[in-house]
Amino acid sequence: MKDISILIGGKAGDGIKGAGQIIARLLNRLGYWIFLYDEYPSLVKGGHNFNVIRGSDQKIRAHKKDLDIIVALNQETAEKHKDDLKSGGLILYDSDEADVEGLCIPFSSIVKEMGGIPIMRNTAAIGALAKSLDIEWSVVAKLIAEAMEKQTDLNLKIAQKGYEKVKMPHVPLTRLEKDPQPLLTGNQAIALGAVQGGLNMYIAYPMTPSSGILHFLAAHEDELGIITIQPENEIAVALIALGGAYAGARTMVGTSGGGFALMTEAVSLAGEAEIPVVFVESQRAGASTGVPTYTAQGDLLFVLHAGHGEFLKLVLAPGDVEEAFQLTALALKLAWKYQTPAFILSDKHLSESTFSFDSGIGAEASIEPLLWDGKGEYRRYEDKDDGISPLAFPGNPKAVVKVSSNEHTYMGFTTEDPDMVERIQSKRLRKRQALIEELAEHEQVKVYGNNDSKIVAICWGSTKGACLEAAEELGIKMVQPVVIEPFPVEPLNQALSGAEKIINVEVNATGQLGKILSSHGINIDHNILRFDARPFTVDSLVGQIQEALS
Amino acid sequence: MTKINELKTDAAVTWCPGCTNFAIMAALQQVLLELEEEQVLERNNVVLASGIGCHAKIVDYVKVNSFHAIHGRVPPTISGIKLANPELTVIGHAGDGDAYGEGLSHLVFAAKRNLDVNFIVHNNRVYALTTGQFTPTSPAGFTGPSTPRGSLEEPLNPLELMLCAGATFVARGLSTNMKHLGGLLKSALKHRGFSFIDVLQPCVSFFDDREVYKKLTYELAEENHDPADWPKAMARAGEWRYGQGERIPLGIFYQVKRPTFEERVLGPKILVRTKPKDIGPVLAKRI
Repeated sequence: MKDISILIGGKAGDGIKGAGQIIARLLNRLGYWIFLYDEYPSLVKGGHNFNVIRGSDQKIRAHKKDLDIIVALNQETAEKHKDDLKSGGLILYDSDEADVEGLCIPFSSIVKEMGGIPIMRNTAAIGALAKSLDIEWSVVAKLIAEAMEKQTDLNLKIAQKGYEKVKMPHVPLTRLEKDPQPLLTGNQAIALGAVQGGLNMYIAYPMTPSSGILHFLAAHEDELGIITIQPENEIAVALIALGGAYAGARTMVGTSGGGFALMTEAVSLAGEAEIPVVFVESQRAGASTGVPTYTAQGDLLFVLHAGHGEFLKLVLAPGDVEEAFQLTALALKLAWKYQTPAFILSDKHLSESTFSFDSGIGAEASIEPLLWDGKGEYRRYEDKDDGISPLAFPGNPKAVVKVSSNEHTYMGFTTEDPDMVERIQSKRLRKRQALIEELAEHEQVKVYGNNDSKIVAICWGSTKGACLEAAEELGIKMVQPVVIEPFPVEPLNQALSGAEKIINVEVNATGQLGKILSSHGINIDHNILRFDARPFTVDSLVGQIQEALS
Repeated sequence: MTKINELKTDAAVTWCPGCTNFAIMAALQQVLLELEEEQVLERNNVVLASGIGCHAKIVDYVKVNSFHAIHGRVPPTISGIKLANPELTVIGHAGDGDAYGEGLSHLVFAAKRNLDVNFIVHNNRVYALTTGQFTPTSPAGFTGPSTPRGSLEEPLNPLELMLCAGATFVARGLSTNMKHLGGLLKSALKHRGFSFIDVLQPCVSFFDDREVYKKLTYELAEENHDPADWPKAMARAGEWRYGQGERIPLGIFYQVKRPTFEERVLGPKILVRTKPKDIGPVLAKRI
């Protein structure tokens, strides 16, 4: 297996994120599958930012702790990560800023000499790294010309100078046969999945780590044929989405745990009034403000139980960009088909990591929901066997469309009549059975690794990447439910049949998936829980599973 | 009278006998019919929305499209409706607790954005459906079950607030003066932009100040008020502070033309008739 891990680090404001993306694209163009992990503190200038860019000849969804190359724009980067450098690995550093053992290149002096500004040190670093990897200059030059729209010529000169300063390649990289793939963050995959699912309007209030969806969609409004709105707070976000959906537009909102807490009254309204809206909850380390730019899977039970009262929900938990794309398209489709709120559970690690996107996977086409046939008097909450009342929208000359947060009659008028209250609640809840039957046609539970193994690692969401690779390395089975509600009990029992040891792997402190499993009679033998606000790496998780098994 | 019946539903009306919400509803129904006649609007394009409280029941009783939403959230609800389909005539109803308490931030931003929607506050200055607590516009000293020794807060002046927030149509009506109120509603519905009407709506059960309003109100139109003059509008709005002041002006305080939010956001696009485009070209740029 060809596999390389490169870390680039510096202070916030050094352009680490931009440099990380360019390094990832370089490896992508050489035919490597990419995973990029982006870690940064909650500040604008200073602190310690780093990206780990991993390239492989296999599809990957996680990074490793052990590194082949460290590119250090400051002393702190070298100090913090040098223990993770493999023997024979390389540290490339700015000799004007740091003093470590490794290959010294005077990035700052190069920039100064060429008349650049300090942030262009990262361009010099990219040039030096490319030469160390034995990448042809023409490949580097083409990418820089495409990716750096401002000061292109100056950046090219600085990169070339950095390239020339490295006398000989240190970790030569073989070019692979695979064609380059689009590189997407989880947030971008969610955004494109939504567009694929028919999105008209995305509404959000800024909140890390979900803001990437808003930024991406806002930047591509015209190309994608959608609009984005940033209102005064998350409560308004959710209600604009509901108002829009009532009028017939497909809407989605995105936030993190704190913002989602504010949306819960609207979640309940969407359930009661049967209004289809997709909520994206990208989790970060909590409770409360928590560790705002870092990851966790601590909101599973919160999302599952969000909103007062009893109503139908669809909760989906993608683990990589392909799933983020497909499941978001599916969420839009099913929200509209079953006229109920649907949820995409992401987290910092999925939302803000960059993956090679397998664009050949395809996705659910958007569908027309069940529309009213125009016969007789329209009743918004018409009773039907499967509970799904035909939709009409305001503006229809034959229909008066009345929706309500109050318990209501089939017509949509407020009611307190005990018989009606019970009948309309039963109608709404009947949709669950139809939804369960439709979901049964989808792959609700994924199985990877060694299918014959009696040892099973189970995980959900972004933990998939590290867990899948660790399972393959250890020769055990890996099981990942992507549908959380309605909980796919049968497919899970099938996936777990014959298991003698089940290890539950989650990035939270209390084992929330484990709790759900046990409520369905599936008992966990071991919990591997990480709650230091960091995701699992492949190598660290291998060690922890081995420990659990010994 | 038969025409009015077309706009009535068969839902049982549960307002108190003598409730002044009946007058607001009748004025609205009459104006909808007149504007339909004048071809200003189409009935099937009318959408009412309401929050929570006595006012909110209005959506059950008027036979047009409606969204009975939740407390305080009428402004974002109607914003979503209008953005999805700008051809709709959207009328939000809210109570004073709704508009000025629970959902105040939404109201300020709705005015700031200037969506072409209408917002009618049934301001009875009391939480009636929850049996008489003080609201943001109750006078200081108001006694209710939560303030047995009298409210300790000065009332908010929503007209000044809306004028400062950038509302392009700011008016005050009185529910017991139906003819005048009908005129205001008509002007509001014709106004392109955010139309705000604070309707003083005496509550016959918990805050019956019909006599006070009868005595103190006057019509701005009779005193040559220029609704294009913002400082004068502010001065008129300050004449009565929902408890203090000798004269209560009714009518249009301020009206100005500004581009609407939906024009700026959507251009000619109508979302409910738009399908998003192929994602291929955007994906290709990510290589």
